[in-house]
Amino acid sequence: MNRRGLAGWFLLAPAFLWLAAFFVVPFAVMALYSVWRREGTQLVREASLANYEAFLSKSYFLDALFNSLEITAVTVVLSVLFAYPLAYILAFLVPRRWQRLGLVLAILPFWTSYLVRSYSWLLVLSENGVISQTLVTLGLLSETMSFANSNGATILGFVHFFTMLLALTIYANLVQISPNYRRAAEDLGASRLQSFIHVVLPLSLPGVMIGAFITFVLAIGDYITPQILGGNRELVMPQAILLQVQRRADFPMASAMSLVLMLVVSAVFLASARWLKMDRV
Amino acid sequence: MRPQALTTIPAAVYVLAAYAFIYLPVIVLVIFSFQDGRLPVPPFKGVSLRWYQEVFSDSDLMEALINSVMVGVVSAALATVLGFLAAHALARHRMPGAVFFQWLLMAPLSVSYLIIGIGLLITFTATGMPKSLLSVVIGHVVINLPLAFGICYSQLGGHQVSAERAARDLGAREWQVLALISVPMMWPAIAAAFFLSFTLSWDEFIVAWLVTRFDVTLPVEIWSLLRSGLDPTTNAVGTVVFAISMALVIVMELFVFRRKARA
Repeated sequence: MNRRGLAGWFLLAPAFLWLAAFFVVPFAVMALYSVWRREGTQLVREASLANYEAFLSKSYFLDALFNSLEITAVTVVLSVLFAYPLAYILAFLVPRRWQRLGLVLAILPFWTSYLVRSYSWLLVLSENGVISQTLVTLGLLSETMSFANSNGATILGFVHFFTMLLALTIYANLVQISPNYRRAAEDLGASRLQSFIHVVLPLSLPGVMIGAFITFVLAIGDYITPQILGGNRELVMPQAILLQVQRRADFPMASAMSLVLMLVVSAVFLASARWLKMDRV
Repeated sequence: MRPQALTTIPAAVYVLAAYAFIYLPVIVLVIFSFQDGRLPVPPFKGVSLRWYQEVFSDSDLMEALINSVMVGVVSAALATVLGFLAAHALARHRMPGAVFFQWLLMAPLSVSYLIIGIGLLITFTATGMPKSLLSVVIGHVVINLPLAFGICYSQLGGHQVSAERAARDLGAREWQVLALISVPMMWPAIAAAFFLSFTLSWDEFIVAWLVTRFDVTLPVEIWSLLRSGLDPTTNAVGTVVFAISMALVIVMELFVFRRKARA
């Protein structure tokens, strides 16, 4: 090996070793723990699929998984539906010199603390909160009520966050579509609606799909928003996993559940892989 | 001409409604951080700065803030250095297995923070490593390394290659090429990687929460404040954190991305 080849290995080694030690090894440890089990306070170091069997047979765990999938699916659909028109207007109807400002304004709260943002929705949704009190003042509600502690509140918190993210990815995709395509369609007699449905929409789908996938991955793995806004009535997977870690100190079960969650994400990735053409964004 | 008003008016209404939705929680947060009363909800009883006074005189919060800045600076610096060196290796040197290393360096992006955190917690517990800020730094480097690597790798374009080759022809050693040619030419990407990593570390909660016990970062401290329910102190902390994040974004926008656009 020549000197430059050796230099390459020296440059790569620190990052590689860091990830090997603190990313790959923890995964191996989790995989190992997931086939062990905890009995009482003892860790039983014997390979078995007991944790996975428990996951698949107890409705407590499966409910959490399905609740997660449901909340995430609704979040993805609603976020795309809200963000798309916003991105479209910013890309095509707002004059060019105002576009960047419009976009920065649309995603500024994206950079606020994630925790604090969920808490802020609590101020809006709680029993004495802004919405409840406004509705009472308007006479639409007879007494104050809480809109928090529900799946709906979790979804609202998610949609707020991911609308900003999707507006960004969809806008980035829309501005790359050459205006000539639209002009050509309209020259050939297409109405604005037709040129949107047959030209712009198909060309923007890669951006939508990437954004939707990122939304899916981040939402299904999030603990904060469901915990603050959703409460403890209907758990999602991250809440159920953390209950195993914190209340029961059952690392084997938590490991098995984490791997199941990753498997679900991977399955969704593979299923949507043919629409996720990264190079076209 | 098209009947412009037909599209402009609904579009303007939609954009305003979207902005209202996006800004509603932030505005409520900031307004009621000045509440002259015990509850951060309507009615607004007058302007008071006492909650900010409370925040700045709370030693736990201030300690957590300093911890967060330290963890952010150290982990962002480490992620940037490791990411830059790895990007240089894969962009400039012929490495067998380059595709595998690229995949490994980006892999943590596809795993949720929660699972990364639990993996680290179990591993640290199994090896007897105590919970500390150092563990947070380790976790945050794992989280930010893919971004730092990706940013540097995408910016290591062909236009620096000839300058690097010239330096090498003139007798520069490999480390001199790196320090005197590549780093200065890559400065905007390096700064972007650092600021983005710092911003994400500054805001990261779940890993920091899982692997710390006594010394904690700001998001973890805020989490324990949240247990007390609606409290104007939390509004005030949130507003301070918001202001700091805004300052970071503005710095990035003005100095990093502007310069990159010009370069």
